[in-house]
Amino acid sequence: MSLISPWRADFPGILALDGEGQTYLDSAATAQKPQAMLDALLGYYAGGAANVHRAQHLPGERATRAFESSRDQAARWLNAPDSAQILFTRSATEAFNLLAYGLEHELQAGEQIVISALEHHANLLPWQQLAQRRNLELVVLPLDAAGLIDLEQAAGLIGPRTRVLALSQLSNVLGCWQPLAELLALGKARGALTVVDGAQGVVHGRHDVEALGCDFYVCSSHKLYGPDGVGLLYGRKPALQRLRHWQFGGEMVRVADYQSAEFRAAPLGFEAGTPPIAGVIALGASLDYLAALDAAAVAAHEAALHAQLLAGLRARAGIRLLGAPRVALASFVIEDVHNADLAHLLTEQGIAVRAGHHCAMPLLKSLGLAGAIRVSLGLYNDGADLERFFAALDQALELLR
Amino acid sequence: MSLPVDAEQALAAFGQCPGWEQRARLLMQWGERLPALREEERCEANRVHGCESQVWLAGELQNGHWQFRVASDARLLRGLLAVLLARVNGLTGAQLAEIDLADWFAQLGLARQLSPSRSNGLNAVLQRMRELAGDAQVP
Repeated sequence: MSLISPWRADFPGILALDGEGQTYLDSAATAQKPQAMLDALLGYYAGGAANVHRAQHLPGERATRAFESSRDQAARWLNAPDSAQILFTRSATEAFNLLAYGLEHELQAGEQIVISALEHHANLLPWQQLAQRRNLELVVLPLDAAGLIDLEQAAGLIGPRTRVLALSQLSNVLGCWQPLAELLALGKARGALTVVDGAQGVVHGRHDVEALGCDFYVCSSHKLYGPDGVGLLYGRKPALQRLRHWQFGGEMVRVADYQSAEFRAAPLGFEAGTPPIAGVIALGASLDYLAALDAAAVAAHEAALHAQLLAGLRARAGIRLLGAPRVALASFVIEDVHNADLAHLLTEQGIAVRAGHHCAMPLLKSLGLAGAIRVSLGLYNDGADLERFFAALDQALELLR
Repeated sequence: MSLPVDAEQALAAFGQCPGWEQRARLLMQWGERLPALREEERCEANRVHGCESQVWLAGELQNGHWQFRVASDARLLRGLLAVLLARVNGLTGAQLAEIDLADWFAQLGLARQLSPSRSNGLNAVLQRMRELAGDAQVP
């Protein structure tokens, strides 16, 4: 019997795409949104917009309460002890840039920032550019054959000069959980600040930032069934205190004079300008929606879909999986078939998958590939979505071979 | 202005295409007909960036008329490039600057291939052609 998602009907976007003949299998790029989120977005604007943390009037107070209530929900979602440890940014990418600028003053020439070979550009480029500005060494931890960060080599590479260790929890290309407990312990033993890129990880299962023990955890709303334009940065309190302010203006200031100013502490001190108010409020609605689901049922559904995806790919000749994906997605290439050709023919058949370098060019290059096709799953996907994908894949291969 | 012979052929062939499969087959056939670029022409200077596939474009002016040659490692993109060249080869720089290529692809039932998303690289090739033609007009 084909797998049916009991939550599919909650997502108007997936139904609309389905009605158009589009099979959406690109949730790792961005997810469809639940009706509850759309209602919150419309409700905020239609009910009367107002800026937050500024005005004493009723609409302003209402918006501020709703905005701050999303911060509380995000803190609960990540098990952060205090909602003041959640900073809203405009994207996960912006959160990494915040860190790279906010920590710059602590780093001296010759010190090291350590990342891994599978990082998304968002957790590579801000550090790379920081390393260039401050004459630091950017150390890249290698992967093993399964696509996991090689612990033995990591132990040798994370050293006394390592000041920042920034690693992905779940690769957006390889789909495997990284051994973060061991890696973060290596960083902490050396006194490094630890940063976790949870952009993919946060979407699959609940994660506890306290248990992880990282200094910073970054994720984005739009992959977590929330609106785009919102990123989240969690920080441990002592780690947040080490950040320097990096964007200036709006309500991040405490006292302003023509020649000098004093700034607020986190979180407001790092939310310069008018924040994405509607987005933050709507993210709260997505988190509410997700929190009300049976987490075990979601995990079981996602695991069953993923198993179906892997089984289908393995059943076809000439398919090479990238790494050993365990959850959420699978990337692959096909012998003697250009991934651009395959992408073209899948698109023609209404299959929405991602083709290319997946914002991880160095990783693809290190695998000797110019690109790959990635199928990624959301909790609203049905087994029938995968059946349509495989039928289209077979049809495309027949044409190309 | 009358269409080049190759363009007439492309219109006739693609105009009769009833579905995506036939269109894909036809694109691949047109791609196979592209004359190969010499090895030394597949150089960095001729490489078109902004494509996820590898694409090289060489163009030269012959008596005021442009002749482009292209190569790509992706077969369907090769086909798209072939129908592009069918339309633009032989044009003058001024004609090239004026031509509405979105309309050309639309006439062939290939409008979507010119999507603003950078994924298939056709836009990058068009831009490079216009740059080449523009540079040639600078005295």
